[in-house]
Amino acid sequence: MSDDLQQLYQQIILDHAKERHGAGLQEHDGVGTCGESHQLNPVCGDEITLRAVLSDGTLTSVSWDGAGCAISMSSASVMTDLMLGLARDDAMDLVDEFRTVMRSRGKIVADEEVLGDAAALAGVSRYPARVKCAMLAWVALEEALLAANR
Amino acid sequence: MSIPSAPHHPLTDTEVRRIRNDFPILDTQVNSRPLIYLDSGATSQNPLTVMEAEQEFYEQRNSAVHRGAHTLAVDATDAYEAARETISAFVGAAVDEIVWTSNATEALNLVAYSFSNASVGRGGAAAHRLAIGPGDEIVVTEMEHHANLIPWQELAARTGATLRYIPVDDDGALRLDEAAAIINQATAIVAFTHASNVLGTINPVAELVAMAREHGALTVLDACQSVPHLPVDVHDLGIDFMAFSGHKMLGPTGIGALYGRAELLNAMPPFLTGGSMITTVTMEGAGYLPAPARFEAGTQRISQAIALAAAANYLTETGMERIQEWEETLGRQLVEGLSQIPGIRVLGPAARVDRIGLAAFDVDGVHAHDVGQYLDHQGIAVRVGHHCAQPLHRRLGLTATTRASTYLYNTSDEVAAFLAAVAGVRPFFGVK
Repeated sequence: MSDDLQQLYQQIILDHAKERHGAGLQEHDGVGTCGESHQLNPVCGDEITLRAVLSDGTLTSVSWDGAGCAISMSSASVMTDLMLGLARDDAMDLVDEFRTVMRSRGKIVADEEVLGDAAALAGVSRYPARVKCAMLAWVALEEALLAANR
Repeated sequence: MSIPSAPHHPLTDTEVRRIRNDFPILDTQVNSRPLIYLDSGATSQNPLTVMEAEQEFYEQRNSAVHRGAHTLAVDATDAYEAARETISAFVGAAVDEIVWTSNATEALNLVAYSFSNASVGRGGAAAHRLAIGPGDEIVVTEMEHHANLIPWQELAARTGATLRYIPVDDDGALRLDEAAAIINQATAIVAFTHASNVLGTINPVAELVAMAREHGALTVLDACQSVPHLPVDVHDLGIDFMAFSGHKMLGPTGIGALYGRAELLNAMPPFLTGGSMITTVTMEGAGYLPAPARFEAGTQRISQAIALAAAANYLTETGMERIQEWEETLGRQLVEGLSQIPGIRVLGPAARVDRIGLAAFDVDGVHAHDVGQYLDHQGIAVRVGHHCAQPLHRRLGLTATTRASTYLYNTSDEVAAFLAAVAGVRPFFGVK
């Protein structure tokens, strides 16, 4: 199989797509404020409902329910790992960072120090039709954080 | 007008290879592999004659039609109306029964909006019998493409009529037993697809038309997946309206057609209004031309109509019976081949049914988008998603599937290469 495809579907992505860290919506226990967002990709029907809890400005819980392709599900999984425990503003910055990489058409090399396992998704940016798959969970988190802040 | 005639012997791989020479795009490399184009159900490729017809029009005749008396305008009008003759002959209609539209979607909306206009009293006494309202029912099927569903949902919402649908069973087969009860005295319109763009099955038009007629309901056929792939004769089918798209039958995008029985079209109030569809206009009102001009407001898709006629001629010269037979062969190869791959579920009834040369399938454990990406890397173009048929997918317990659809230019070698590639999908994604 071609290297390109291996590059897109790295083992770490396939593993996350199966393990799905954060999958299963958590009931809000009342501590802090909870925001929720539902995102749908009408092209393929991929969807995600994501809940984020902010406590003293820190992201204390990220959980989600979703159905979709390996890219969208692994992206939700790596994002959950990355975001837990971050300050709200840092989390928002990270969403922007990831979006910039995704929109770069392969021109920006993802910084593993910053993006962790999500750097493995950088290959998606060369496939414009799939960028929305990778962004689905991140957009959901962004909206959930805005909702939690209100 | 000379009607081209086709040879009688069946198409073979050898002849298909010759046909492929007429389609330059089929020589393309995708991801360093020869393109295997299995997405003709979405849009088909164009033969040289179609592209030449469009170019020739722009180089030699480009002008507005049905207005102006200069030579180019006359030439353009002649070519445009000759194209209508070609397309009407292609589907067995009279020439004034073919209305040009942008695509099949617009054709279906034209019918729905015209009925809507009739329902608020437009079109005078002639249109009175087309009016629908509370108590009337519009019947569709659960397998419809959104284009033959949403216009009827909207028509029902605007008029107070009720939308009902003929369900499919767990395999996707139309529940004809239920259709007999769903189509009844209250039914005003029965709109259904000739061949499903997802299941590939050909619906029993004659039976559905008989049920509709028994209760005086009008029939609307979505023929997007049939007109390009098998011989269609509107009068043999006995339907009242039929919509089809140019770009799925070797023609350009931006052109489609509506067939309507002349008597009905001439009773219908217009949908789009403006120039070229009127008799006398005052500041208070306007009189309208008979069909088809009544439904062709504004400057029309002239080069596209002419190019579509070239496409129809190409199909006729190749022979629609031969094309249908060839695609049946490819379709069987697809369905049988896919069914033998572990973890693959082909959509549609398993029993022997008439079908066109396409197959949609689910790969257990791998999302359709990932399947499509994997195949694209091997130069294979397929469609992934819900194929504009969300209710059908929901009924079959799926959100997205992969669809391979063939046409007259696909070889059995291509189908074999596709099947070999699909067999590699689950191993690649580590699904056991």
